[in-house]
Parts: sequence; structure tokens; C-alpha cells
Amino acid sequence: MASNGKLTGRQRLGWTVLTVVVLLYALFPVAAILATSFKTQADLGNASFLPSSWTWENYQMILVGDAQGLFLTALRNSIGITLIATFIAVVLATLCAYAIARLDFPGKKIILGSALAVSIFPVISVVTPLFNLWRNIGLYDTWLGLIIPYLSLTLPISIWTLAAFFRQIPWDLEQAAQVDGATQWQAFRRAIVPLAMPGVFTTAIIAFFIAWNDFVYGISLTSTEAARPVPAALAFFTGASQFEEPTGAISAAAIVVTIPVVVLVLLFQRQIVSGLTQGAVKG
Amino acid sequence: MNGSSRPRGGTGKKSNRAKSEARLGWLIAGPAFFIMLSVTAYPIAQAVYDSLFSFRLTAPDDRSFVFLQNYLTIFSDVEVFWQALGVTLFVTVVTVAVELVLGFGLALVMHKALKRIRGALRTAILVPYGIITVVSAFAWYYMFDINSGFVNNWFSWVPGIDSDLDWFANFPTAITIIMASEIWKTTPFIALLLLAGLAQVPDELVEAAKVDGASWRQQMTRVILPNMKAAIMVAVLFRALDAFRIFDNVFIMTNGSANTEVLSLLAYRTSIGRLEIGLGSAVSVILFICVLLICFIAIKFFKVDLASGTDAKGGK
Repeated sequence: MASNGKLTGRQRLGWTVLTVVVLLYALFPVAAILATSFKTQADLGNASFLPSSWTWENYQMILVGDAQGLFLTALRNSIGITLIATFIAVVLATLCAYAIARLDFPGKKIILGSALAVSIFPVISVVTPLFNLWRNIGLYDTWLGLIIPYLSLTLPISIWTLAAFFRQIPWDLEQAAQVDGATQWQAFRRAIVPLAMPGVFTTAIIAFFIAWNDFVYGISLTSTEAARPVPAALAFFTGASQFEEPTGAISAAAIVVTIPVVVLVLLFQRQIVSGLTQGAVKG
Repeated sequence: MNGSSRPRGGTGKKSNRAKSEARLGWLIAGPAFFIMLSVTAYPIAQAVYDSLFSFRLTAPDDRSFVFLQNYLTIFSDVEVFWQALGVTLFVTVVTVAVELVLGFGLALVMHKALKRIRGALRTAILVPYGIITVVSAFAWYYMFDINSGFVNNWFSWVPGIDSDLDWFANFPTAITIIMASEIWKTTPFIALLLLAGLAQVPDELVEAAKVDGASWRQQMTRVILPNMKAAIMVAVLFRALDAFRIFDNVFIMTNGSANTEVLSLLAYRTSIGRLEIGLGSAVSVILFICVLLICFIAIKFFKVDLASGTDAKGGK
């Protein structure tokens, strides 16, 4: 932008203050739960932000201690279910978006339109019939019973993001490669796949986020550790005894499930931003 | 969003090539389409059907057809349904309004920031968006909780706040924290959409306005905002639909106590909590119709053109 030249002292101060305010706004609640996760049981009521003595006991409790069974199984469910749902969604959406961007066939608008309709669908509206149906056909409280509904969350945005992305690919390259003597498959592989990979990858990250974030399906379609994902498991955490609040354990678990997401955000923020905005606003 | 008026397939009968392309198109695009429909269209049809029955899972043999009785029951329940609808609408309007202002501010900061800090700012702003809603709900809950929170201690100098203040026991304070967590978590989304909108405002237009002596305010209202209209509308619509479905943070923080019950929670508690499938399905259908109404109003009255806002015009 134009403001890359020298700054006056006042401008510099203004920008510093603004940056600090934005950073505080974005990170403060995360810092708060991080601090809570290091408090001892006795320290939880100390009414201050920081623990008076730092401890790993909450992390020990959920990773190797009493709450291990609860948390680690939920974590395994979350990772497994989310990865499978993401993988299926990205494969299907890639095919679908390729067809939309590349081929001429009637019904393209219908597919894009219904993807949009599904993405604004209130999840809670389909959860009651799914709950009933899943119980009848034995999908209740299973991995597959969550993977299928997760596709309704991840497919629409994947299709939109990838379709927007694929439209920008110069498909002529493929023909050029064929003219140069490559077979159709070689041309596709060498010319198009490298161009398409970043879009597919970005879509996978966004789809992963969305599935990882789900709560409604998680609490409604599961009842035991067999399939309950972490967000739902957190809501049903109880303390070691009925007099003990599980605050510390929940905080630690919250931090553990947040780390992979934040790492992904830090690594791929540029692609995520372009993917999100490409799918949503392009005019 | 009417269907295209373009005559399809050119003149006369389609060539074989067009036919095989159409077949291939549906072959590879079909599975995604089929799955999306079967996971949503079928269950909603089932919900409409179930909503016409008096049916609880605890007494499955007593299932009987009652036509619109469930809807009448719901609509006549001022205490529960109308209140939940009111709270939901209140949350939607307030959060979207606040997020629009806040998100525009954040977008401006990101847009204008020096190259050196732009990346860091954008990363920080993305963090709330990446956090799981449930985690964000717990973070906000523990900050204000009467037992483990530090807010009462920090702000005891503010009139009305002391160590005994139970934020989640009263509607005004409870709903404020619920909305604050929602705003914190989803403003980044609006900020990113608006940032993309800002980037599309032609620089020459802004420069021209500056040369003509337009004040900052005039540049905003006359040049920048009108050119961002599409982005703003899309952002507002998507956020409004999202806010209307609010569930996670209410479930975690109050579970509907202190009159904070919202429509999604009502649907959940009726069907999955109390196993009243008929009544719960009716609530689900009503929620669905509300979302359709919001879309309809947005498209009809605010002229949000979702299709062109998303580059679909290229699909010929």
C-alpha cells in the first residue's frame, strides 16, 4: 500500500497501539483457558488470571491419568472420523468441481445451487430424523454414523471453494502439452495436477476445520466412547468426584485439541484466507 | 436466482460429443450431489412427516397421526417457543450488527497495516476462527464463572460487579457473555470477507476521490462502501444464517437456563433430550422454515445475488 514509506512518530505509535489491541482481542480468551489449564485443583478458585503455582497435573490427568480413557478415546474418534470425512469430501468435491469447471453439462447450476442450500441448512433440523433413522439401522453411536452427516458439512464448502479455484486454472495448458506429444493422462498429470494441488490442499484444511468443530452431530448421534468426538466429550466431562469441578481437565483437553488447529492456521494462513474468500466472495 | 434463459445445446439435436460430456459430467459430479441430498433432503422430508404424528420414543406404540396438532401446541406456547424465537432473533441481530462494525474495523487494519505486521495480524485474527466453538465457549465461561473466573475480581471497581455476581444466573448478563463469545469467534470470518471486498475496490477510484479533495468519511461512504456492497451483503447473510442456528455456546454456558434458550436448543431438548420425536420434528421444521425465510428476505429485499457473488456466472 501507499503507507510503506517513513512514518511519523505519532503514526508509528498509533499502529503499535492498534496492533496490540488486535492481538489482545484475538488471543486473550485463548490465553485465559491456557492459564486455567495450568492451575491446581485448589488454585482454580483463586480469582486471578494466572495460576499461583504452575502444574502439569491437568494434562497428566487427561493423557495418562484417570480421565485418559475418556479423553484419548474421544481424541482418537475425532481424528479418525474427521480425517475420513475430510478425505471423502475432498475426493468427491474435486471430481464434482472438475466437472463443473471443465465440462459442459445440464444441471451444473442445480449442483452448485443445492450445495449452497445444504450449507445454509440448520444442522439441528436434520439431526432428529437422523437420530431416529440411525437407531433403526444400527448407525447410532458408530464412526460411520458421524462420517455421513459430516459430509453434509464439508461437501458444500469444498465444492464451492474448488469450483472457484478450478475456474482459474488455465486448462489450455493441457492441450498444449498434448500437442507437444504427451498422452491425455500425462498432459493432465503434468500440467494440471500441480496447478490444482494447492486448491485441493486448502480445501482439505478448511473441510477438516469444519468437521473438527462439529458439536451438534457429536452430542446427538453418539452415546458412548464408541464414537463420541472431543467437542461432545468435553461437554460431558465430569470431575473425579461429584464435588470436584472438572474445570482444569476440560481446560487442558481444550488446549490439546486446539493445538493442531492453531498449528495448521499458522502454517497455512495465506492459503486458508484465499480459499475461504475465493469460495465466498468473488465478484 | 432464476434459471438461466440461455437456450441450451445450440440448434437442433445434440451432438454425440455433447451427450457423452453430459454423461461424464453427471458421472463424476453425481456422487457428491447425491450424498448432499440424501444427508439433508431426505431427513428434512422425514422430519416433516414425523412432525404430523404424536410420537415419543419412550412409548413407540402410541404413535398416532395428529396432523398439525404439534405445530398448534408449539405456537400456543408463549413461555417456551416464542421466547426462544425472540432470544434467537435478538442474538442474531445484535451479533451480526456488532460483527459487521468490528469486522470492518479489523479488515481496515489488515488492509492498511504495514507489510511487516500484516501477516502477523492476519494470523492472529484467524486464531479465533480456528478455535472450536465449544472450546471458545468454555474459555469465556471460565473467565466469568463465579467459582473459577477472574473477571469479577478484575472489574470489581465497576458499579454492579462484585465477587458475588453470577453472570450466568440472569438473562442480561448471561446473554451478553453468550453473544460476546459468538462475536469473538466469528468476527474473523466477516473480517476476511470484508478484506476481500476491500481489495476489490479499485485503487484509482480512491485516488481520484482523494485528488478531488474528498474527506476520509466521504471516501468511505461514497467510494469504498458502495463498491463493497456485494461482499457486505454476502457476509451479513451468511453470518445471520449462522447466528440463527446458534447452539454450542448456549449449550455449554447455560444449557438454556436464565431464559437463554434458543430455537436450536429447544429442538435438541425436545427430540433428543425428551425423546418427543413428533414435537421435536415440528420444532426442527419451523427452524428450517425460518432459515428459508431469512434467505428469501435477503435475496428479495436486499438483492443479495449469491450466484454472481460467487463467480457462478462463469458456468456456461
